Amino acid sequence: MTKPAEVTRSTTGGIGESPLRPDGALKVRGEFAYSSDLWHEDMVWGVTLRSPHPHARIRSVDLTEALRVPGVHAVLTHQDVPGTNRYGLEHADQPVLAVDLVRYHGEPVALVAADHPETARRAMKRIKVDYEVLTPVSDAEHAVHGDGPRLHRDGNVVRHVPIRRGDQNATAPVVVHGVYEVGMQDQAFLGPESGLAVPAEDGGVDLFVATQWLHVDQRQICYALGLPADKVRLTLAGVGGAFGGREDLSIQVHACLLARHTGKPVKMVYNREESFYGHVHRHPAKLYYEHGATEDGRLVYVRSRIYLDGGAYASSTPAVVANAATLGFGPYNVDNVTMDCWGVYTNNPPCGAMRGFGAVQAGFAYESQMDKLAAALGMDPVEVRVRNAMSEGSTMPTGQVLDSAAPVAELLRLVRDRPMPAERGELDLRAMPGGVSNTTHGEGVVRGVGYAVGVKNICFSEGFDDYSTARLRLEVLGGEPAATIHTAAAEVGQGLVTIEQQIVRTELGIQQVTVHPADTTVGNGGSTSASRQTYVTGGAVKAACEAVREKLLKLAVTRFGEPRANLTPAEIVSVLGTEVIEETVEWRHRPTTALDPETGQGFAHVQYGFAAHRAVVDVDVELGLVKVVELACAQDVGKALNPQAVVGQIHGGSVQGLGLAVMEEIQVTEGKVRNPSFTDYLIPTILDTPPMPVDVLELADPHAPYGLRGVGEPPTISSTPAVVAAIRAATGLALTRVPVRPEHLTLEEPR
Amino acid sequence: MTQYEGITRRGMLGLVGAAAATVPLDSGAAGAQAASGEVTVRMTVNGSATSLTVDPRVTLLDALRERLQLTGTKKGCDRGQCGACTVHVDGRRVVSCLTLLATLDGASVTTIEGLADGDRLHPLQQAFIEHDGFQCGFCTPGQIMSAAAVIAEGGARTDAEIREQMSGNICRCSAYPGILAAIRQARTEMR
Amino acid sequence: MDFLRPTSLADALSAKADQPEAVPIAGGTDVMVELNFDHRRPSALLDLTRVPELATWEPTADGGTRLGAGVPYTRIITELGARLPGLAMAARTVGSPQIRNRGTVGGNLGAASPAGDTHPVLLAVDAAVELRSVRGTRVVPVREFYTGVKRSVLASDELITAVLLPRAGGPQQFSKVGTRNAMVIAVCSFGLALHPGDGTVGTGIGSAGPTPLRATEAEWFLTGELADGDLWESPKPLTDSVRRRFGELVAEAAAPIDDVRGSAAYRRHALSVLARRTLGWAWQDYRTGGDQRCA
Repeated sequence: MTKPAEVTRSTTGGIGESPLRPDGALKVRGEFAYSSDLWHEDMVWGVTLRSPHPHARIRSVDLTEALRVPGVHAVLTHQDVPGTNRYGLEHADQPVLAVDLVRYHGEPVALVAADHPETARRAMKRIKVDYEVLTPVSDAEHAVHGDGPRLHRDGNVVRHVPIRRGDQNATAPVVVHGVYEVGMQDQAFLGPESGLAVPAEDGGVDLFVATQWLHVDQRQICYALGLPADKVRLTLAGVGGAFGGREDLSIQVHACLLARHTGKPVKMVYNREESFYGHVHRHPAKLYYEHGATEDGRLVYVRSRIYLDGGAYASSTPAVVANAATLGFGPYNVDNVTMDCWGVYTNNPPCGAMRGFGAVQAGFAYESQMDKLAAALGMDPVEVRVRNAMSEGSTMPTGQVLDSAAPVAELLRLVRDRPMPAERGELDLRAMPGGVSNTTHGEGVVRGVGYAVGVKNICFSEGFDDYSTARLRLEVLGGEPAATIHTAAAEVGQGLVTIEQQIVRTELGIQQVTVHPADTTVGNGGSTSASRQTYVTGGAVKAACEAVREKLLKLAVTRFGEPRANLTPAEIVSVLGTEVIEETVEWRHRPTTALDPETGQGFAHVQYGFAAHRAVVDVDVELGLVKVVELACAQDVGKALNPQAVVGQIHGGSVQGLGLAVMEEIQVTEGKVRNPSFTDYLIPTILDTPPMPVDVLELADPHAPYGLRGVGEPPTISSTPAVVAAIRAATGLALTRVPVRPEHLTLEEPR
Repeated sequence: MTQYEGITRRGMLGLVGAAAATVPLDSGAAGAQAASGEVTVRMTVNGSATSLTVDPRVTLLDALRERLQLTGTKKGCDRGQCGACTVHVDGRRVVSCLTLLATLDGASVTTIEGLADGDRLHPLQQAFIEHDGFQCGFCTPGQIMSAAAVIAEGGARTDAEIREQMSGNICRCSAYPGILAAIRQARTEMR
Repeated sequence: MDFLRPTSLADALSAKADQPEAVPIAGGTDVMVELNFDHRRPSALLDLTRVPELATWEPTADGGTRLGAGVPYTRIITELGARLPGLAMAARTVGSPQIRNRGTVGGNLGAASPAGDTHPVLLAVDAAVELRSVRGTRVVPVREFYTGVKRSVLASDELITAVLLPRAGGPQQFSKVGTRNAMVIAVCSFGLALHPGDGTVGTGIGSAGPTPLRATEAEWFLTGELADGDLWESPKPLTDSVRRRFGELVAEAAAPIDDVRGSAAYRRHALSVLARRTLGWAWQDYRTGGDQRCA
């Protein structure tokens, strides 16, 4: 691994420690300014009129009545978009405001700004849109192969990724088939989409917004507004969770449009219902698998077809498809693989990034298959996994050789060998499936244990120029050396600001480190996604430290007349005097390559993260209610830069996986969202969250800064299949769909 | 010293809206029906006497955030299903999104901004930081206000009790283990 | 919009008489959701939080309880667990602790949603609703209170002032299925009360029909079984077949639909399980004379 630079060891709060978060006191005092808290004394409020239909032609839009409402400052449609009325992360295929067609339930059609949010909403209701309702395309598989309508010019396939490796006609003595489904999960971040756009005198606009990626927002806003980048300036407002759901635009262009039309600052805040329409979701998936193995449980071949429902617009579907395909066989050695993975346009809500990003859907399916294989072989489910486990030096189905630690078997053993949680004691309803709703006093309750392991790519893939920029300023303040670190990388709760401080402290041996607000006055920081920020922005911060340090040491030569290997804080003060050293560095991880379009071969991913779970559940088999008793995780993180934050990420990913396993789903019928509220889109509460012991391995990746490995997503992959495996163990049911609902546990035939 | 600056948007913009419609206490209008159909409500917020004249449909949450600039109390769902807007009314915790301001004439309201003793954090605030009881922090004011009430009610004796009593506060980052640990620690310190 | 803040019941009733379209609001936990989303825009709101007569409970002469319509769920749980065991069990499952600090049985009845958590218990114990107006007071058995989806016999000039609950002469149970272990709306729910005094049983079904329902056939069946076997006098364990039949009859009494919270088939199935189990627990309590199993 890369050795950490020599540091002055007296520093505290450096890497490997868990110093307190710099934003912690503000957050616990209620003083941290989230995007929804922004206020400007002259501001007006913007709202969005959305389509009530999943698929309809717009015959006409009449704004007359809306414009008459006193207090209304602007009512805008697609005709008011000055630039190109298109945006999108990978394909600019989504209108800022619908033109003559709406392709999903909730698609923005018009905007209103008024002096009060209620006035704006009332005016919005007076906009008359005449729709010709069309039949929605709602089945992804049918959209690919069927004879239905083409929803976009190039057809309904956003992307197809094939993988062909080894013998395509391989046979095996033991074969298991399965068809699996994954429901539409929502990120459900608690802080709704919101921001404040302030028109500037230079004809530009300043936008304060909660996002995951300032520069990609900026690019899309410029395109839609027809403005150069220096006229669209973004600053990150406080982010109330993200989980992928803020990678696409929500209020960004709309608020800027309204600000430029009204000449006033415009605040937009979605309520919870609108939030369900206002961001992309996790792709629902249908997955067909066939695993062939020898009688001693070694995989001979795997064949798979995966359909990911991308909904009405592309968003990040192409990358999700690549992930599901390349990671779709799991962390297992298998020589002969066939994969066809499609991302598809339908009239369902658009889907894109959510923690786990394609690997979650595949993980549920391939881990379910491994359990099925174990059952067919009469083998222990951990043993069949260990027998096929990848390790360093293994070859991925893409031909890529794993060139750093891949402790798949060890992770499985760690969770398997943990002591089991205690059996249920005296009756306490809170420990029962159903909780205090008093559904069982032990009747029908069966315990089950399940295992799963998963793999997730870290950082952006397939040849993407994935980099981050860090600007570091070092000066003497109040007699102490003080650094200011400035990046455009989004802190969304994961603790990146803490990590940035830790790296600077470690690298420069100083204590006082200020994190500058993230904005677009510094270069691109890349997205807060793909578990990449500690790796890439962390790498950039480290590189900026090295550049500053080099200058500092040069200065030291002039000051001391001889080179110094190291400087104490006092020496830094005397070397610097009144000088300021500032360095801006762009840092890239090693390049990846595209996938071969025919065979899916290539060095597509820069790093892989692995995690394993053991779930212990109590299932009320008569009522179909589940209580997860314990959810143990083992994960390799390369190097825990902040051990407390690492465990927090593992817990967070595990619980979101638990949610997908047993309760979380946006229910969509014929393109219509049926449960856009927290009353009916259920998220785990603290009572649903079991003890979650964690084993953290630190097997350094020599290619990564400090040897670290991205942490946030891998636990989300294995959590869901482990919980479902445990429910299967308790019930004997096949359970091929998540979330598992009480109906599935009580009204289905045993397998 | 550690600083983090990405924070006081209001300070940065320098354009903080004042509590536009705060009426002096001696207006004598409390309880009276204003001609426009608005209602005047006198109450104590974080120890300070306050009077607001509002549309009767205004929630306590909106009044705190938009009229009193107390934005520490968060709006997460508008229907009492997330707990981010939890505050204390006369010592009891309520979800302020489902509490009509007009019903609170004479009430005493405590929000997250009123919990610390000046610069000294409340034991729960300190414990939430130490135990990493949050990530994004959006639910945190509600979690802390809820936990303060639970401890005061004596309802935090066991982990099971804490889990039941805190089940009205969603944390999507799922920092629940840290929240549990923080409440355990503060429970001891608050005795 | 008018906001009416009466400070006595008399004032509240005359306000409601003057403005029958005024929407009463106590805890607000139900009405406020509709106001927040602008689903409802009443011309007036009638704040009942300052009416002292609504905020108290007292024993009645016959050993029952008169529960003011404005007593929040938290007080039912902490103060009335022994007097009103079934209602306290149901109250513990309402929303979140924060909601329980504000929400009231009066609000549950006023909304008359089939998913309201207290209805099954009120039906099972044969409670009555006290309705008042300037015209006078009437007491309506809760079994006659619900008339349709979110509809009741409440007249536009009336207020729900109290619920009258008979003395708990025997064990009571409440059980509710939700797809999360806390803070969840019922997929379906069931209330059961044994009345050893007159040898009858009461039932209530929630979230499985246009209104809260009684399982009358199940009540008759069980009443008959208990009488035929002289089981009230010499309480033997109930046979499995009796408990199952009871569960089936409860399921048959339901009229559920498919919705986002669950399918009709599941609701029927779950009700049969809840009915069977709650009967088992209640009968066990009766046999052993033990306390309510409310862990």
